[in-house]
Amino acid sequence: MNPSLQRYTGVAIALHWLIAAAILGTFLLGQYMTNLQLSPAKLKLYSYHKWIGVTIFLLVLVRIAWRLAHRPPLPPASMPAWQHSAASIAHFFLYALTLAIPVSGWLMSSASGFQVVYLGVVPIPDLLAKSKDAAEQLKQLHEALNWLMVLVVAMHVAAALKHHLMDRDDVLRRMLPFLKQRSAVK
Amino acid sequence: MRSTSLFRFLTLVAITLPASAANVDYAKSEITFISRQMNVPVQGRFKKFNAQIAFDAKKPTASKAKIEVDLGSVDTGSADADAEVGKKAWFNTSVFPSAKFSSGAVAQTGPDKYEARGKLSIKGIGQDIVAPFTVKRAGDVVTYDGGFTLKRLQFKIGEGAWSDTETVADEVQVKFRFVTTGNK
Repeated sequence: MNPSLQRYTGVAIALHWLIAAAILGTFLLGQYMTNLQLSPAKLKLYSYHKWIGVTIFLLVLVRIAWRLAHRPPLPPASMPAWQHSAASIAHFFLYALTLAIPVSGWLMSSASGFQVVYLGVVPIPDLLAKSKDAAEQLKQLHEALNWLMVLVVAMHVAAALKHHLMDRDDVLRRMLPFLKQRSAVK
Repeated sequence: MRSTSLFRFLTLVAITLPASAANVDYAKSEITFISRQMNVPVQGRFKKFNAQIAFDAKKPTASKAKIEVDLGSVDTGSADADAEVGKKAWFNTSVFPSAKFSSGAVAQTGPDKYEARGKLSIKGIGQDIVAPFTVKRAGDVVTYDGGFTLKRLQFKIGEGAWSDTETVADEVQVKFRFVTTGNK
């Protein structure tokens, strides 16, 4: 192995992709379920959506703790400072949104009069009392935060692909679980 | 359609009201219920009901109660479900507009504690139930607080796909509070 190899740790890589898959899945589920007519399936899907949201929130907490204890690899030396700043800001938004979106969903559920019972077993206390107005406002907030997330993820993915395809550096590879480092392949 | 069933309901109320019943203060009385959806407790209530209560603390066995609930007045806790629950698979309110409970058998089980046995009819299905309740007296105001658990499938509430009890539990906790005034 190349001693200068700068990869994320296996745990960081696993958490990144696990959370990414969960976000994509529950985002699409959220789009789908809201248009369904009331049915037992709809009630189930809403619960699954909420459970995945809680799971993402918990995984992101683990991920932040892991990141604080394990420094991520430095950006390539060739990368301009403004790109470094842009990446830092985007990463901050990704962490903030992956926490804020589940929280907004939980508050929205409480305000709608439906307590979240994680996995159907662990009741999460209602912070808000039932209120139609609050429920409507939180629904709009939950949706707005999601579209902001779509925007930031699009930038994040575009930047990763730009590094991989145009800059031809290791920025994407160091987060890929199975691929070897480009410079080591040669 | 809606006004017809309301009219029918009011007529029934007028016909069956006995002279001896205490006055029920409907602003302070309530019939609520808790159903569980995906193990999430969801509270609902019935906004319109009629209660005739002739309770005799000295001779509980002589007590009588008749409750009629306008099922169309249900507030399930979500607008989605309010629209759904009147349909055929649930209450089928166009055919069965009300639920009825009548009891002529009240037994004392402790100090201020009683049990009303009687028949609960919903959707044309009658089941014997026991509803424990407490009685509190303050001046001429008497408050009855109680409840019971009903199994919705025994009354065919939620048929077809909705009979899946993993999504909506069979047990529904019903709670009632009747506040009566002008008691001697």
